[in-house]
Amino acid sequence: MSHRMFPKEEYILKGHAACPGCGATLLLRHVLKALGPNTYLVIPACCTSVIAGPHPRSAFKVPVLHIAFAASAAAASGMIEALDKLGKPANVVVWAGDGGTVDIGIQALSGAAERGHNIIYICYDNEAYMNTGIQKSGSTPYKAWTTTTPTGNVSFKKDVPSIMVSHRVPYVATINPAYPNDIYEKLRKAQGIKDGLKYIHAFSPCPPGWRYDSSLTVKIARLAVETGIWVLYEVDHGKFRLTGPSKNLLDKDKRKPVKEYLKLQGRFAHLREEDIEEIQRLVDAQWESIAKLLKEQE
Amino acid sequence: MSGSAVKLLARPTVGAVSAGSWRTERPVVDMSKCKLCGVCWLYCPDGVIEIDDEKKMLKIDYDYCKGCGVCAQECPFKAISMVREG
Amino acid sequence: MKTVAGKERLLLTGNYAAAYAARDADVDVVSAYPITPQTTVIEKIADFIASGELNAKFVRVESEHSAMAALIGASSVGARTFTATSAQGLLYMYEVVWWASGARLPIVMGLVTRALGPPWSIWSEHTDFYTMRDSGWNLFFASNAQEVYDLLLISYGVSENQEVVLPSCVGWDAFEVSHTYEPVSVLGREEASRFLPPKGSFKPSLSSEEPGSLGNLAYPPEYLDIRHTMRQASDKVLGVFREAAVRYAKLTGRDYSGMYECYRCEDADTIIVGMGSIMGEAYRAVDNLRDEGMKVGALKLWVYRPFPYEELYKAVQNVDTIVTVSRSSVFGSMSPIGLDFASLIASRGLDAKIADYVAGVGGMDVYAEDFVGMVKDAHKNTGRNVWWVR
Repeated sequence: MSHRMFPKEEYILKGHAACPGCGATLLLRHVLKALGPNTYLVIPACCTSVIAGPHPRSAFKVPVLHIAFAASAAAASGMIEALDKLGKPANVVVWAGDGGTVDIGIQALSGAAERGHNIIYICYDNEAYMNTGIQKSGSTPYKAWTTTTPTGNVSFKKDVPSIMVSHRVPYVATINPAYPNDIYEKLRKAQGIKDGLKYIHAFSPCPPGWRYDSSLTVKIARLAVETGIWVLYEVDHGKFRLTGPSKNLLDKDKRKPVKEYLKLQGRFAHLREEDIEEIQRLVDAQWESIAKLLKEQE
Repeated sequence: MSGSAVKLLARPTVGAVSAGSWRTERPVVDMSKCKLCGVCWLYCPDGVIEIDDEKKMLKIDYDYCKGCGVCAQECPFKAISMVREG
Repeated sequence: MKTVAGKERLLLTGNYAAAYAARDADVDVVSAYPITPQTTVIEKIADFIASGELNAKFVRVESEHSAMAALIGASSVGARTFTATSAQGLLYMYEVVWWASGARLPIVMGLVTRALGPPWSIWSEHTDFYTMRDSGWNLFFASNAQEVYDLLLISYGVSENQEVVLPSCVGWDAFEVSHTYEPVSVLGREEASRFLPPKGSFKPSLSSEEPGSLGNLAYPPEYLDIRHTMRQASDKVLGVFREAAVRYAKLTGRDYSGMYECYRCEDADTIIVGMGSIMGEAYRAVDNLRDEGMKVGALKLWVYRPFPYEELYKAVQNVDTIVTVSRSSVFGSMSPIGLDFASLIASRGLDAKIADYVAGVGGMDVYAEDFVGMVKDAHKNTGRNVWWVR
């Protein structure tokens, strides 16, 4: 019984300002349950800046520092050092969108990773600048519609988890709101690692941005994993490991065709057969690389 | 917070916005089908679902339910249906 | 661990004096990015930390924007903080400079004032300092190494005061002050703590014991309420500064409570007004002009923002000509000090005329002869608004 297996206390209060079916808020709900109330959130400009509620009402039962767009990793760096100096251990967690992470925030993130601050940086990736109305970001997937790529995005999603791995941070992982067990395991593990920055990249479906009925958020999140488009993995002190259902998807036959994921979303409605085939090839190639990496690691 | 700077702090408040008024549909639970498995509770982005194991009741806080329909979609027993408001 | 030195008289550059102030203020977190000519400030701080004289965390950030952001993070949970920068660094930091004051955090910053590029320059101008004019930061200006040390310590006393809770910046000239060795009396940690607010007396904005959210979206009425409260705090700064400066004077004998230094102003009909190290030459010009029989004085501002209208009114109420001199590349209007004094005169209905000059651009030296020239020019042509170009 799910409600007995997971912590009961809610740290996101009812009546917050998220869109119906918001994947990001579902993620944060479980992240905070996993980490507990001694958690300081650092939130740059993003959807959550508004979801947090209009002043003077906060929807979050943890301390929150709102900060300028580019600066979340830097603010978190200063915060954790201060808490350490003042003898007040706590979780310091950046909760940032993809824009604030892969584009405008990447410099500060790189610096924080290099310096090895004991923070958890979570990027909730809804694959565009959603708070400002669905503009393309460096994390927008190939061929997706956005308001600034109305005929489909021509570039490829920036792979920030790999960038973090090459910074040699102690822990990098991906999470998905359809798999709360995986979320808890990874967040608890991250919480326990103190020797550097922990980077978590979260799949965050967005009904208005991806153009789908709000009831399908969890289904779409699940299909992302089942088709192999979203890979659940962790890199723990350099060692790569598939987690959850992704463990069983090295075999192409076990992966659902990407079409099942794409067809549910209006942002991919303009795709022709050859586009879908191309995306399928790219996903398959990604899994070949994963297989190769796992072999080299042995 | 020191001095008048305390003006800047927003405090944790249930109902930061009147989210319940956004709904066009509301989830209705058929308790004869509901097994209190908790999957709806798990996936509700708004935390408006409460499960009372003793009373064997599922309670939805309609003051703040936005009618997103995730619970109805995810329920393994199809115990929840979305009913038009008004 | 090396014993922290007590009261000493040392030969220090302005930059080293700043580092000693951070040491004696016992700051918790320093975050900075190197830029000429600030670098020796942070190098000295790094030495203090390495030797154990200062027990602080030093976040060696990857940009100035991150330096201020890191201090916002640190200060929001109650740490005493310090940073320093110059010119381009300040401008890169600019967005979060305004965030720091809006967030009501008692951060203290040193600004080694330097001309802006292009073209590249490393020499002194106050243009960068003036960009902070309206930001809500308390702005002070030092004209020598001792003033750097003193004004930085006083800054903590002002910023952390419960009635204020606003960040402070002390500016000083590139090279002329930052890199010039002068005798400086430093208090040492223990003496300084007799002046400073006790560590830990400042209640942090954020704590997990009493969760709150700093910076939520505010609709117009709430935004107005927050900002108006900030304005009311800003209105208290001069009173708090005066009180802090009086206490500091009791401890050190150096009195900044007047907010400016007036040299031979008492019976002057013409006053030269400026900030920073060029005022040394202005004082020489005053002596030269007095020898010629002219009744000239010079006024060196220490407190720039909030602008001390009442205190300055006392200095200029009987003056005929105010010669305002700003070391700033400004376009499109009078210089910053000119504008400020014009507002003083107009709002108080004074008869004085203003002659406004820009001098010392890009690090140009400003000599006594230049000030003499400006005064004589002002007497011939009041209402001037020109750059003094040799």
